[in-house]
Amino acid sequence: MAYQPPKQGLVGQIVDVFVLLVLTVGALYLPLYLGLAGAAKTPQPLENPTWEALGQNAAEQQQWAALGYPDAASANEMITARFDYTFSWTALIVMAVVVIGYFVLVVRLSEKEYREVIAERFGDRKN
Amino acid sequence: MSNTTAAAAQERLGLLRVLGPGHVWALGVGIVLVGEYMGWNFSVGKGGMIAGLVACWVAGLLYTCVAMIDSEVTSTVAAAGGQYAQAKHIVGPLMAFNVGLFLVMAYTMLEAANAITIGFLLDTVAGMLGHSGLNQKPFIILTILALAWLNYRGVLASLSFNFIITAFAFVAIIVLFLSVQFGASAVPLDFSAVSNEPLPYGWLGIVAALHFGLWYYLGIEGTCQAAEEVRSPARSLPFGTMAGIMTLLIAATLTWYVCSGLIPWEYLGNAGTPLFDAARVTGNSGLMVLLFIGTAFATTASANGCINDASRAWFSMGRDRYLPSWFGAVHPHYRTPYRSIVFLVPIALIFALGAPLDQVITFSILSGLLGYTFMTFNMVMFRRKWPLGTIKRGYVHPWHPLPALLLLLICGATYFAVFLGYGTQLIAMLSFYIIASLWFHFWRYRFVRRGDQFTMPWPRPIGY
Repeated sequence: MAYQPPKQGLVGQIVDVFVLLVLTVGALYLPLYLGLAGAAKTPQPLENPTWEALGQNAAEQQQWAALGYPDAASANEMITARFDYTFSWTALIVMAVVVIGYFVLVVRLSEKEYREVIAERFGDRKN
Repeated sequence: MSNTTAAAAQERLGLLRVLGPGHVWALGVGIVLVGEYMGWNFSVGKGGMIAGLVACWVAGLLYTCVAMIDSEVTSTVAAAGGQYAQAKHIVGPLMAFNVGLFLVMAYTMLEAANAITIGFLLDTVAGMLGHSGLNQKPFIILTILALAWLNYRGVLASLSFNFIITAFAFVAIIVLFLSVQFGASAVPLDFSAVSNEPLPYGWLGIVAALHFGLWYYLGIEGTCQAAEEVRSPARSLPFGTMAGIMTLLIAATLTWYVCSGLIPWEYLGNAGTPLFDAARVTGNSGLMVLLFIGTAFATTASANGCINDASRAWFSMGRDRYLPSWFGAVHPHYRTPYRSIVFLVPIALIFALGAPLDQVITFSILSGLLGYTFMTFNMVMFRRKWPLGTIKRGYVHPWHPLPALLLLLICGATYFAVFLGYGTQLIAMLSFYIIASLWFHFWRYRFVRRGDQFTMPWPRPIGY
């Protein structure tokens, strides 16, 4: 006999919508808002910068001027900003475990649900 | 509500097969072209100029694998919904729920990124005209609300218009390249950074750049959404998609060439509107106007398409009861998924108004990346459950499982690329999907009709 799902009332649907909204904002936006996530690019400005010290040739100086940076001081922070790519192997392993673990979790739980779908669509093999 | 939903289902069954490979090509390029106008350049920021170019080509290889795999599965699972419908038939409901979320998040974040770019573009132009300090927020809000309203009212006209403005945006890139080549720029092309500072982060920078390299092509797999409306899926889908990737590869290389030659890489790596900035550097007012219009058109067209695609994915999940069935309603007059359109507006606004462009783009890329990872094992499971000859396939891609393995390898490298500099966002995004998956499996799935999740006229899968 086909599975008959329960009917969800209006209040239940509103609660589900609210859960999804909270989940999206809480998991994705809140870390950004609290400054816990984001690019780790930090400027290392030079003292008394010149275009030459910043490694910019004549053509590049023209380009900076056209982009609204008339002197070396104004472009100092942008030119010297770099990502810090040093990382701990522990953090990398944790990331790998989380990514692989996520897919294993989804595929295994899906498999259980899929068997129910196939059994209902094609009939139980035992019958 | 159930009547309108049933009517929508009937209507979908009757979709006309009128599209050829040219339409598939236009659909793919139209969704993705905005990637040349903003976002790709952050790959230069993560690895330098050479790394940006290598990332562009390696990402092209990733998308070639995606196109090969997707063409086979989609030409066989020729149902509207693309990867979402594939996941339902091949892996299972929870995977389909996740794939639906990947699509919604990738498109909604892209929509937010487009709105941010429009605000930034107007601010830049206002500054050039002597009105610096323009408040970008009203323009961001206006963009999202206006496009949501258009989608609420029905999108046939706006999607047709999309095609024209995308063509304009594509021609603008070609005109900029040719103009610069024939001396229209007051400032010369300069590639000295290629020899003086080729890899500022070393070889690690090339891997790191792969993160934003995906942005050149992200969304090309959307061509498969039209599987039900293509005259000859076996021919049109692979041909149209591959032609689209080749077009984008050429456009991406031209964009890299012009921007890297006219803009110092340190600026380019942070630029909000790189092609418009390249036009500014030329000092040619005609090119500036052209690229201003091109950027505005590309972002508007993309945002419009994103609202359309995200709301339909959300609507499909509501119709299948993966989400509250309230979302599965069709507007009685405009016949659009109006509740899904309205629900996604505040989410797009929150990120467009409160998050930096590179981080919004990262969320979109991560959702796309998770979707490409799914395609690898989805392909293997598809061939195992229905080996060649057991069902009629529209197209059989060659060298299986090599494309799937190569795709998995490049996906792995891209996860590492995101980890370099944006690791916390990777964890935040995965936490979101893990919690959502548990919520679906242990709560939401009880409302899903089991047998309705498999609608293809195929035999029982092997092993079940």
